[in-house]
Amino acid sequence: MTTLALRQDGPGTVTVPGPRRRLLGLVVALVVLVVLLVLSVMIGSTSIPPSAVWDALFHSSADIDQFAIRDYRLPRAIVGLVVGVALGLSGALIQALTRNPLADPGILGVHAGASFAVTVAVGLLGVRDVQGYMWFAFAGALVVTLMVLALGSTRQGSSPVVMVLAGVCVGAVLGGAREALQLTNPDAFDAMRSWNAGSIAGRPLEVVWPILPFVAVALVLAFVVAGPLNAMALGDELAVAQGVRLARTRVLAIVALSLLAGGATAIAGPIVFVGLMVPHVARWIVGPHQGWIFAYSILLAPSLVLVSDILGRVVIRPGEIPVGVVTAFVGAPVLIALVRRRKASGL
Amino acid sequence: MRLEWRSIIVCAVLALAIACIAVLALMTGSYTLSPGQVVSALTGGETGLVHEIVVEWRLPRVAAALVFGAALGVSGAVFQSMLRNPLADPGLIGFTQGSYTGALIVILLVNGSYVQLAGGALLGGMATAVAVYAFAYRRGVQGFRLIIVGIGVSAMLESLNTWLILKADLEQAMAAVAWGVGSLNGVSWDQVVVGGTCVLVLLLLAGMLSRPMRQMELGDDAAAAQGVRVAAARLGLVVVGVALTAAVTAASGPIIFVSLVAPQIARRLARTAGITLVPAAFVGALLCLAADYIAQHVAPTPLPVGIITVILGGGYLGWLLFTEARRRL
Repeated sequence: MTTLALRQDGPGTVTVPGPRRRLLGLVVALVVLVVLLVLSVMIGSTSIPPSAVWDALFHSSADIDQFAIRDYRLPRAIVGLVVGVALGLSGALIQALTRNPLADPGILGVHAGASFAVTVAVGLLGVRDVQGYMWFAFAGALVVTLMVLALGSTRQGSSPVVMVLAGVCVGAVLGGAREALQLTNPDAFDAMRSWNAGSIAGRPLEVVWPILPFVAVALVLAFVVAGPLNAMALGDELAVAQGVRLARTRVLAIVALSLLAGGATAIAGPIVFVGLMVPHVARWIVGPHQGWIFAYSILLAPSLVLVSDILGRVVIRPGEIPVGVVTAFVGAPVLIALVRRRKASGL
Repeated sequence: MRLEWRSIIVCAVLALAIACIAVLALMTGSYTLSPGQVVSALTGGETGLVHEIVVEWRLPRVAAALVFGAALGVSGAVFQSMLRNPLADPGLIGFTQGSYTGALIVILLVNGSYVQLAGGALLGGMATAVAVYAFAYRRGVQGFRLIIVGIGVSAMLESLNTWLILKADLEQAMAAVAWGVGSLNGVSWDQVVVGGTCVLVLLLLAGMLSRPMRQMELGDDAAAAQGVRVAAARLGLVVVGVALTAAVTAASGPIIFVSLVAPQIARRLARTAGITLVPAAFVGALLCLAADYIAQHVAPTPLPVGIITVILGGGYLGWLLFTEARRRL
């Protein structure tokens, strides 16, 4: 990951912090993420000491704590990790692509497509469990993103502004249809309000494995388009002069981000704000270098998800607040403090 | 000049469409009237039941859709022009989410009356807007910082709203969500007169601010060079934009999406370079009126108007984008 990121950092580029300090920051972010993963396994309705966590991973026994770790806490931490990585990277991609600070993966209709498909599954087809929702959500997200791509494209290529508006339109139409379905069907409403909050609790690992290959493909695609996206930030004409193929770059970026955001939504439901906030923070740390922004987003986003999830378990113990509700409360104050402190960088 | 003529013709066509749908809406209901009866009732030629149905029952709703739709269209146009961002609307500085939070607290925790609901929504929205502006203020307010702070605060409130709905019992939660998409059910002359007066005053103010608004579209520095007091003009525009949405929200709940989509549709119909206020007002009014007609009379069960404004507005803007893209081939 790091070496790929380094390769994007071509010679002669003007940077805020030097490559060595960026790399150091990346290592720090990685350490923080690992610590949070361990904490995520330790903390919960009963606290488990680190030694028991170690034993559960490497010397398995029939102890009750080990059962909790292996069957519940560890899958949850892994789900948080995968969802976080996918959300962070998809957010970085959409912001690089549209150069709009309001853009989050939901803007291309990903969440609208996923939650419309799940509402149909719940309301009309009677599907009732997470494994059942998953494929509806994933398919809905992908189909709608492709629709938006088609609507926002001409033969000369696609304009990000038109694409964003097309995404808002498609999202609105599907959102309205979804609301109509829910308000006339109390059962669907009831099931959907918990799915809509976004949670990583109670997801078995069987929900994660089928999504992983898609996430892996999208990770590779993202770093392939990082260089061309850097060139496009200076303007389309300049990018073409440097040999960037605009249409190809845009399509690859959209495929990658819809796989990531669709996958994350399929696993956890719509978790907002992570994909929006983390890339802003990454950009303020490393400056306008997509490869680095991607690398930082990949590490910072799961940290935000895991911190939020841990807090959600602790705050109203023994009850829980779903992670999708907590992320904004953890992330927004940081974002506001940063934007007040720094000379805000536009896109 | 050619562009201005196009705007005028577009507005005239929109006005004609509004008049037709208004008459249709006044005719339709459990007691069907003829167009002639409607027109004569409006001009004072009818008495008794027909007058009662048209003027007392159906007209307030039609008037509310028109006035509130126009208000939302202008409100969105002000924000999109000011922030030079096609995704901007008063929701951006937290008003929509804040008013929803206020209303949710009244509905779910206090179980309050209609007036309390309106008050809670206004209080929540205004407090949020002021908080966002204050957080974004640091030797003046810069557009980008306002957007980011607005996103942050809105996201927190949105999460709070999700949580409140998740914890509420089912029936109350559904009522709250129906309020949250905006509905013209139960609108009477009282709300139309109070809300309408506020809206008209605010529309005049918006008209007065439209000159500096256009100059600021070229950038803060360029506007300042032309003698615009940028900070004061921006504060004025924010206040007018938010107040327009606030008046609507208090009367009918936040009729979602109109403020976002109306200026964009207007811009494409009138083929103007920037965002314009008057066509946006006409599009907003037509959108709300048509959506309410469909929500009441065409949908299999009566729905809140906000659901139809979203589908209608989103669908139409999508179609415009599609044809625009094909024309460029």
